[in-house]
Amino acid sequence: MFPADLKYTKDHEWLKPAGDGTALVGITHYAQDALGDVVFVDLPEAGAAFGQGEEFGTVESVKTVSELNMPSAGEVLEVNAALADHPEAVNEDPYGKGWMVKIKLTGALAGDLLDAAAYEALVSAESH
Amino acid sequence: MSTSATELMKTPLNAAHRALNAKMVDFGGWDMPVQYPAGILAEHEAVRTKAGLFDVSHMGEIRVKGPGALALVEHLTPNAVSKLAIGQVHYTAFLYENGTFVDDLLVYREGEQEFLLVVNAGNSDKDFAWVQQNAKGFDCTVVNESPITGQIALQGPLSVGILQPLTKTPLEPIGYYFFTHGEVAGIKCLISRTGYTGEDGFELYCATGDTERLWNAVLAAGGSHGLLPAGLGCRNTLRLECKMALYGHEIDDTIHALEAGLGWIVKLDKGDFIGREALLAAKAAPAPRKLVGFKTLEKRDIARDHMPVVQDGKQIGFVTSAAPSPTCGINLGLAYVPTELAKTGGRFQIEIRGRAVDAEIIPTPFYKRQK
Repeated sequence: MFPADLKYTKDHEWLKPAGDGTALVGITHYAQDALGDVVFVDLPEAGAAFGQGEEFGTVESVKTVSELNMPSAGEVLEVNAALADHPEAVNEDPYGKGWMVKIKLTGALAGDLLDAAAYEALVSAESH
Repeated sequence: MSTSATELMKTPLNAAHRALNAKMVDFGGWDMPVQYPAGILAEHEAVRTKAGLFDVSHMGEIRVKGPGALALVEHLTPNAVSKLAIGQVHYTAFLYENGTFVDDLLVYREGEQEFLLVVNAGNSDKDFAWVQQNAKGFDCTVVNESPITGQIALQGPLSVGILQPLTKTPLEPIGYYFFTHGEVAGIKCLISRTGYTGEDGFELYCATGDTERLWNAVLAAGGSHGLLPAGLGCRNTLRLECKMALYGHEIDDTIHALEAGLGWIVKLDKGDFIGREALLAAKAAPAPRKLVGFKTLEKRDIARDHMPVVQDGKQIGFVTSAAPSPTCGINLGLAYVPTELAKTGGRFQIEIRGRAVDAEIIPTPFYKRQK
């Protein structure tokens, strides 16, 4: 539930650095579980640039909507087009097929991202 | 997560929900399952095509009994109580003098002068106080039976087939919005052919202490039919598709019964009742707003409860309930809009997070079961 190779935000996004200055971004298992059945993911166009913490889209479930905030500043290289027809991938495979955008990191990775252990502690505190 | 679960009220099925790994939420002060592991979409689908089982023990029950009971319930509600046969149920409301809602409720006629009033959980205390306060001068007793009553709702087209093996009471002859008393799985129940999902089904009332046994018996009987435990999440999408009102959304103490489209529960010619004069006046003057059903035109535009309805940057109404509809496959909702706009095909806009999106008025109910 907390892959060690990812970085996490307090708002339950994850970021997976590829090592070449790019990274994938999605929402965590905890986030998808809290949302319930995802029915639509509204994503930006490739080329859009976002600062850290800026809203880059929304994820809609049957019962609610949640903003997507950029974990670290970057420019969108690609969005996960498969989510248009299969938004349920966010529930079924949040760290894999449910990825949302691929970004080119602008500058260094944000310093305040959480590692897996710190994020697990945060989630554990929120659920109790 | 500011409210701890220990402060919330619990139904007799709380442990059963937790054992089923339900996701629990604070629903009007009650610790209730919003969904089970199957999820809202699967639970919604089960109710529409097979069956779902809901815990509705949080609902409030008020019994009114005695020589003045009929007169009191007639006085308290706008629907024609005297027309109810013993064993029949109807949907109605408690109204304030100005015609707005104290609550909506079901009235069960248990006898010539005995009625069971079933009210919303969140309004239960307010409703009981309202009935007591208005019962002065009526020769009857008013008892809050909520603490001693459990309730579960079996809903869906396979309900009769699932329930019949558990009871000697013939279920098929019970008409829609009728009830009887009988034993289900050896437990004394009020068996009511009612519900809040738009499907066939039964609401079973029993003693609090019997509720978990009844729940487990029905769940076990339905397993091979595809019965799923169903939470409040799908209860909301199911009732919304059928345009059934929810207190705090389509109706509340600022909205009167006629603009809510509930003229059919208001029998102005039945004699006096609380709110009648205001509704007579409202009927004479055209209502400035009306409740309509709408869909948004783009897949990405999903309206939600309480969003503003706008025109030329000005708010002209509000959304009461809205969600992506699992059965209809579109994003739909209910909204109050100016009466001059309120016709099928009419367009307006809804402000979704600062963006005005197009919506079109479509006929309601959005979903109607094939009988």
